[in-house]
Order: sequence, then C-alpha cells, then structure tokens
Amino acid sequence: MTMINDQSYVRTEMLGEKSPPVSNVGIIGWMKNNLFSSPLNIVLSLLSIFAIYSVLAALLPWVFGGVWYASSLTECRAILFEIHGEATKRACWGVIRERFWQLMYGFYPSDLYWRPNLALVWLFAAIAPVLFNGLPKKMLLVSVAFPFVAPWLIWGGSFWVPVMAFMGFVVGFLVHRITSKTISSLVGIILGVLAALLWWLLLSGPIAEMMESIVPLEITKVGSRQIGGFMLAILLGITGITLSFPIGIVLALGRLSNLVIVKALCVGFIEFIRGVPLITLLFVASVLLNYFLPKGTQFDIILRVMIMITFFAAAYMAEVIRGGLAALPKGQYEAADALGLDYWQAQRLIILPQALKISIPGIVSNFIGLFKDTTLVSIIALSDPLGWVKLIQGNAEWNGVIWELYGFVAFVFFLFCFGMSRYSMYLERKLQTGH
Amino acid sequence: MKKSVFIGALTVASLTAGIAAAGTLDDVKARGKLNCGVSTGLVGFASPDANGKWEGYDVAICRAVAAAVLGDNTAVEFVPLSSKTRFTALASGEVDVLARNTTWTLSRDVDLKFDFVGVNYYDGQGFLIPKSMGVTSAKELDGATVCIQSGTTTELNLADYFRVNGISYEPVPVEGNSEAQKLYLAGACDTLTTDGSALAATRAAFEKPDDHIVLPEIISKEPLGPLVRHGDNEWGDIVRWTLNALISAEEYDITSANIEELSKGTNNPEINRILGTEGNMGEMLGLDADWAKRAIMSGGNFGEIFEANIGEKTPIGLSRGLNALWTEGGLIYSPPFR
Repeated sequence: MTMINDQSYVRTEMLGEKSPPVSNVGIIGWMKNNLFSSPLNIVLSLLSIFAIYSVLAALLPWVFGGVWYASSLTECRAILFEIHGEATKRACWGVIRERFWQLMYGFYPSDLYWRPNLALVWLFAAIAPVLFNGLPKKMLLVSVAFPFVAPWLIWGGSFWVPVMAFMGFVVGFLVHRITSKTISSLVGIILGVLAALLWWLLLSGPIAEMMESIVPLEITKVGSRQIGGFMLAILLGITGITLSFPIGIVLALGRLSNLVIVKALCVGFIEFIRGVPLITLLFVASVLLNYFLPKGTQFDIILRVMIMITFFAAAYMAEVIRGGLAALPKGQYEAADALGLDYWQAQRLIILPQALKISIPGIVSNFIGLFKDTTLVSIIALSDPLGWVKLIQGNAEWNGVIWELYGFVAFVFFLFCFGMSRYSMYLERKLQTGH
Repeated sequence: MKKSVFIGALTVASLTAGIAAAGTLDDVKARGKLNCGVSTGLVGFASPDANGKWEGYDVAICRAVAAAVLGDNTAVEFVPLSSKTRFTALASGEVDVLARNTTWTLSRDVDLKFDFVGVNYYDGQGFLIPKSMGVTSAKELDGATVCIQSGTTTELNLADYFRVNGISYEPVPVEGNSEAQKLYLAGACDTLTTDGSALAATRAAFEKPDDHIVLPEIISKEPLGPLVRHGDNEWGDIVRWTLNALISAEEYDITSANIEELSKGTNNPEINRILGTEGNMGEMLGLDADWAKRAIMSGGNFGEIFEANIGEKTPIGLSRGLNALWTEGGLIYSPPFR
C-alpha cells in the first residue's frame, strides 16, 4: 500500500466568505442579469431607456417648472414668456391652486367642509372592523351608525330624520321577531318588511317633525346641486360599492336558488341591467324618469343616479360572486348539509366566506371600475370632477387650459384606485389559508 | 338607510306633486329661489368664478328675473345643463327658466312645447380657420374636415350650407367646446364651426389668436334667448318683460349709475312707467311696482350686461353688431311699456 496522498500542505481552517464578484450583485449585477444579458436585450434596453428618458425629459420640466401663482391663463403665459421666452411649454398650475376646493367639493359651502370630511373619517372608522382584525367589538356600533349619520352630515337637516329612519329597522326587526316566533319565519320576514315600510312611509316623517319641534337638532341644509367635484365621485362610488356588495350577494344566491320565482327575478334583473350600458341607465335617471313622474316632482337627481349606479354595480357584483360560488367544490356544500346547518347558516359559515375570498380580485376590480364610471355622470350635467373641468374652462380666465385640469383629475383618480388595488392585495394575503 | 331616503323622497315627491299645479310664479315665491338652467360652462355666457359665484351673459338674465320676482338677485339656483338634458329639465319643471344659449326654432317652440320669451343674443354660425390655410371664404372649404358639436343646430346648418353650395366636407363630431378647441389646435380638423360668439371666445383663448381667423360668412341665424314652458303665460310674461325692461333701460339711458336718481320721477313717462313711479305695470304682472328697477339694478341695463360679460373690453371682445339697439342699427328692440 502506498500513500497516494503526500501533500505537504493541508488547510486546517475555513476561508472567510468572499463577497460575490461585483458583476453579479448590486445594481451592476442586476443590470447585467436583467437589462444587458444578451445582444437583443441590450438593444431593447437601450431603446426603452431612451424612450423613458425622452418622455420624462418633456414631462418633468413641464410638471415641476409650472407656474403656480397666476390667476388667469393669459397671466400664466405672460409669466412663462418672461422667464423662458418663446416656445417653452410649462404647466399653468395656477388653475389648480385657484380651483382646488371647487374640484374637490364643488359648490359645497366652504365653512361646512368639515361635514363631508367627518363623514369620510367616519367611513374609515366604520369599515375598520371589516378591514382589520383585532378591533374591539364596540367599533361595530360606529359602523351601524354610519349609514344614518353620513347622509345627515352631508345633506344636513334635522337629526331626527336619520333617527327615525333607523327606528324603521328597529320596528321591522321587532315585528319580525315577534311574528316569526308565533307564526312562521317566512311570514315573519314579510310582516317585518311591511312594518318597516309602513313606518317609513307614514309615521317617520310626522314623528321626526314632531320631535324636531320639541327638541330642535337641525344643521344647515345643503342641496344636492351643491355637491360636486371629487366629493360627488366619492359619494357615488362609496354608495355604489357599499350597497352593491350586499345586493350582489343576494342576487348571486338568488340566481343559484331552487325557488323558481326568486331565481327568475334575479336572472331577469341581472341580465337586464348587464345588457344595458350604464350611460343609458343614467339617461333614464336624469331624463326619462322626469317624464314618468308627476310634473313638478322633486326627486333628487343625485339620489336617482345613486340608485342607478347601485343597480348597475350590483348586477356585475352578483356575477362575480356567482363565479366564486361556482368555484367552490361541491363537497363544501355537502359538508355543510352533513353538519345539519340550514341554508342561511351554511351560506354564512361555510360557503360565502370561501366564495368571497376567491372573488376578491374580481370584486375589487369591480369597485375600481365603478369608481371610475362615476365620471359618466358629467354627461348628464352633474358636476363631478370632469363636469367641473368644463365649468372651469367655461370661465374666461381659464378658457383653453386642458392638460393641467385633466392631468390633475387623472392623478387624483389614480391615487384612489391604486390605494384600492394595493389594499385588495393585502386582503388576499391576509385571508390566504391555502397551503 | 338609502332605501329609506328613497322612500322618503318618493313621499316628498308625491306631496310636492300636488302643489306643483299652481303657477310657476307662486312656486318660485314659495321656494324663495329661482331655478335657472344654464350652460355647463360657456365662456362669457355662464360659468362659476373662483368663489363659486356664477357669472355671464345668460346668468345675468337669470339674476335679473330673480331680482324682479324675489327682490334678490342671488336667490337663484343655477342648474348646469348639457345640450342633451336642457329640454327635459325645463319640461319636467326642474328649472323655471332656461337661459342656456338656446336657438329659437319653430320645432323647439311648437313641438317641444316651449315659449321663447325673446332674444338676448343674435348669433350666427361661422368658421374658424388657421390663417396659414390661405382660405378667405367658406365656399373654398371643399373637402375640408370640420369639427362640429353633435346634437346642436349647427350640425344641421352645416349640412344645409354645404349642400346648397354643392361642396363636400367631412364632419368630425365632438362633444363640447373644449374638445372642439383641442381637436382643432391639434390639427384633427381643418376648420371649427359653431356660433360666432363661441368662436370668438375660443379664438381669444388661443396662445396665438392672430394665427387664426373667423371667415366672413355667417351661414345661419341663431337667435339665442331665454325660454319657459308652454302653458304658464303669466310666468312667460314676467320673464319676457324682465328682458324687455333691460332693453328699454338701455334705450332710455337708465343705467345702474343713474337709476336711483331717475326712480325719483322724471319728465319721461315711459321711464316712469318702467321704474314704477307711474302706472301699474308691476301689478299687471303680479309683481310690485319696483320690479323692473330691481331687475335693472341687478346687473345694469342690456348694454351694461353685454359690455361686462362679452363686450369689447372683455377677453372675448364681441362687438355689438346685430345686438346693438334698433336705434343704433341693431336688432335689439323692446315693445313699449304702456
């Protein structure tokens, strides 16, 4: 046996870790791997960089070199001419500075801006229990109060009106509780709804008036025509989103129901609304309804539009949720049956939580679409942000300002929509239970 | 909650439906506000300023009517209406007066059942072209692409004019004035056509107005005026005579500066009748004696309103032209206050 190994040197300790070569890490490595990894990529990257550069080179000076302090387009142009001379394009942001609050709130009285602001803050408090875990249960009270307090804050008037509206639900619930125990649950539901309707139609008005005369709790009224700008867009968006969601769930369940009439009604509603463009529904709300309602009827235009937008969004929502329901394995339904749960319990505890989770991306993109669709109301002459763009351009001072106004509106819309889409991604991760 | 608001609104709707049968004048007085339909932003005619206060030539008419009826020229609820929603808004009672640069035509007057109470601006359709095109007459526009606002009388006039002259054109329909402006400046169409007043305003907003000219041809008659619903003649009379009071005021040199002086009584019986120191004109209309005085004080007489909103000292810079008084070669004429 001979020793093959007769090395004179054996390393006894490990070498320290060396940093990887410069060409593989950091920004250089990233660029080498991602941008310049092959001749084709090098060419494409250079072209893209050039394209991005030329866009930014034109855009950034325009945006950041703009004039903020000018009270008319002519003045702005004069200032720019003085600084940069002929043929320099810079933004005239003066229009945004001067008209910012109008673009945000429309004609809403400026000393009352705190009211819609408070309503918006309240909204976030109200949806907090839905959005985040681990909040005290009492927060739900804030959520329940929201739909009654928010319209009161925005439109003003007597505090007793929302109180009485809320009482309608209490009345309906009590009647439902009593009758469903003594007679049957279906009769209970019907009687409960009837009682609530009777309350709202006949009793709530006079009682609210009576209470107002005893304890006056009135804040300044603000007409619907005063509401405009992004406030209107947000108002329409939020009503559409919050109302279309529950209605959509009901419609989706109805469409999958075994009850023939319920199913037919739901299918009919969904297919009709989905078969008609939103703009048609808006024209129905603004123009056609006027012919059908008695002459001189003051049926608030914003309310009409809200109803139409909600219907429209609900029909789409129903189909998105139906997709989620269809994606659940049949075993889940059978498991719910096997546990002896009745229909509503099964939906609430087993089916819907899973189906809604699957539908989140669809639901959120529906919401985003709906929020952007609210700009269509400018066609029926409501003064949403785009309507205000027109109104501002109609002023001799700012006639001819185009890019600044539309750019600003687009930017604000982007902020909102981007926020919503980021949130939906967070929600998906939070609800991730798959392994 | 929304449901309850909805139902609440329905109840309110059914309640107010009963009241609405009374005359418009009573409705306006009961409401304490005049609902006036205006444009969704038209330079010089209607737009809100930086403080949200509406101003413009059409707006001034609304204010004058409100001053005459309610004694307060700020008691107006301005309802911006697009060219598509304006007529239903008036027909349904959403607005009491429509002062929205609307052309008086037979079909609108008769078929749509409105009453035009007069003309506050005699407009006509013209063409705006870049000077560099070298065209000097509309008849040379054969084969041109034309930016035109859809849903307006200008569309029909254009078709008529080109047919009569046996030349062709290619329409580029646009929704509103600012879109038209944008497309025209971007070169999407060779020429922009709309009412002369709007063309002047558009041109005034260009960076280099001198590079563009308005062609001499006026291809249509566009008498613009306020209108009300058919069937309530008392209300129509009030709006008509408010406009006439403004016109007569200019004719008799009643201005916002000297009106206090003149309303103490003058040697001219016509002025006295207008300002209510003689006769009972206000009473006949169902108003008080000072109605016309308040209307004139609201924004000045017809000429003052014109100069303040669209006249030669404003950026729009329209000359009186056809809209001068009949005594100065124009068409503006008021029947006598007698």
